Amino acid sequence: MKTWLTQNVRAARLALRRLLAAPMNTLLSLLAIGVALAFPAGGQMLLANIQRLAETSSAMPQISLFMSVDASAEEAKEIEVRLKNFSGVKQVQFLPREKTLARLKTSEGLRGVIDVLPSNPFPDAFVVVAADDRPQALEKFAAEFRQWPKVEHVQLDSAWLQRLDALLRLGRTAVTLLGALLGLGLIAITFNIIRMQVLVGRAEIEVSQLLGATDHFMRRPFLYYGALLGLGGGLLALLLATGTALWLRAPLSDLAQLYGLNLALQPLSLRDSALLLGSATGLGWLGALLSLRQYLR
Amino acid sequence: MIRFDRVNKRYPPDITALTDVSFHVEEGELVVISGHSGAGKSTLLKLIAAIERPTSGSVLLGGQNIGVLARSALPYVRRRIGMVLQDQKLLFDRSVFDNVMLPLAIIGFPPKEAVHRVRAALDKVGLARREKALPIALSGGEQQRLAIARAVVSRPALLLADEPTAHLDHETAEDVGRIFGEFHRAGVTVLIATYDTPLFPGARQIELAHGSLRS
Ligand SMILES: Nc1ncnc2c1ncn2[C@@H]1O[C@H](COP(=O)(O)OP(=O)(O)OP(=O)(O)O)[C@@H](O)[C@H]1O
Ligand SMILES: [Mg+2]
Repeated sequence: MKTWLTQNVRAARLALRRLLAAPMNTLLSLLAIGVALAFPAGGQMLLANIQRLAETSSAMPQISLFMSVDASAEEAKEIEVRLKNFSGVKQVQFLPREKTLARLKTSEGLRGVIDVLPSNPFPDAFVVVAADDRPQALEKFAAEFRQWPKVEHVQLDSAWLQRLDALLRLGRTAVTLLGALLGLGLIAITFNIIRMQVLVGRAEIEVSQLLGATDHFMRRPFLYYGALLGLGGGLLALLLATGTALWLRAPLSDLAQLYGLNLALQPLSLRDSALLLGSATGLGWLGALLSLRQYLR
Repeated sequence: MIRFDRVNKRYPPDITALTDVSFHVEEGELVVISGHSGAGKSTLLKLIAAIERPTSGSVLLGGQNIGVLARSALPYVRRRIGMVLQDQKLLFDRSVFDNVMLPLAIIGFPPKEAVHRVRAALDKVGLARREKALPIALSGGEQQRLAIARAVVSRPALLLADEPTAHLDHETAEDVGRIFGEFHRAGVTVLIATYDTPLFPGARQIELAHGSLRS
């Protein structure tokens, strides 16, 4: 046990020493790995942010119901009563057309336009929240409401969320695929780097074997070398992704504001960061192992 | 300790290095193996260290048949042997100290004690003050002594040396001969392939000619 620890500490130090002994080489290797991993890392970061956005922005699915413009106040009242008595409806909010007009008049850009209109162009409207918020249930409600007199238009406000959800699923698949592909790339990179390391270290390997070194002993420093490269590359990818996030934070937030969204780009979560670093380390180690199987005999 | 039984060794394509060699070395013996160039001296030592395997016959080391061991068992055989090879196989990219440290690192010797061991071994061969030097900065005789220090640092029971006094002036060669004598007196079994048998007084002689023992 003590021996095992001694051997591992020695191997790790040796690997580190070798990495530092050729700083330019190491830097280029790290850059190759870092840039490759920055793509899935950045993709995952983006996905997490969009997901958060979808969860925080009025996630409650609702149905908007618009009366026709010529509907009278009594007719609107009647619809409100029908809505409130309709089983499965949890909440009904009435938006009178006068209020809508008044609200929009306060908005800078629209005031001039509205002022020149001969009459109020806005209909009375209701915002309905259903107890059952599954898309199919909402769709059934909307179909029913459309039959009612003087109801001009019924809109499911959850539709964009559904579309976003589908998009997120696609995004997740893409990121997984990208991660797998570039993970393979990382294995290939370390495989080749370790192959060259073995060639460079031929003399030492031969002497060590004559002195009674086991295969484990010979492999260990190279495995640490591969793992450290992976870890370093992962850290670099994390840095690249986080740097980009901070850089894009202000402009993206401004853009989102235009759509009434509150978006503050968050860096990769702790869990995702740990996953990135862990798998990068593991893949570097694996690439080294495969290379040693081939070249260290 | 070492027993050769009807050992033949052929190298591909068809070079016969040893023919029907049988002998026995007791524990604690000092043995020199002599013979002309190409007689098979290096081959004989390589068979003991399992660097080569016999084509037929058996090589026993401490009762263990070295020739049929699995690859994974070889490291443990070599750890029991100190080896000074004809081309010394020093590592020129690391210090004298680190060269001698290598065998101890390989067996996972506790680092602190290892440092003492390395210093003691270097002291024994008179290189105590050169531990920080690179091997390239050493003279031929010093490199030879460095190889010896590396061979003995793990205190093996068996020491094999292949022409350890080649290319040395007479005085340095006598020094090296004396060092082997000391290990022999300390109880180590020593086998030396050499042209210069007088350097090792009191040694038993095994002479090879064209791959066969001459008696
Ligand atoms: N790896 C090898 N492949 C083919 N032939 C070899 C190999 N090693 C040695 N031989 C041959 O085997 C014979 C014995 O070689 P060996 O090195 O054992 O002789 P030696 O007694 O050590 O010679 P020297 O005193 O010159 O070192 C020689 O004819 C040599 O050419
Ligand atoms: Mg020889």
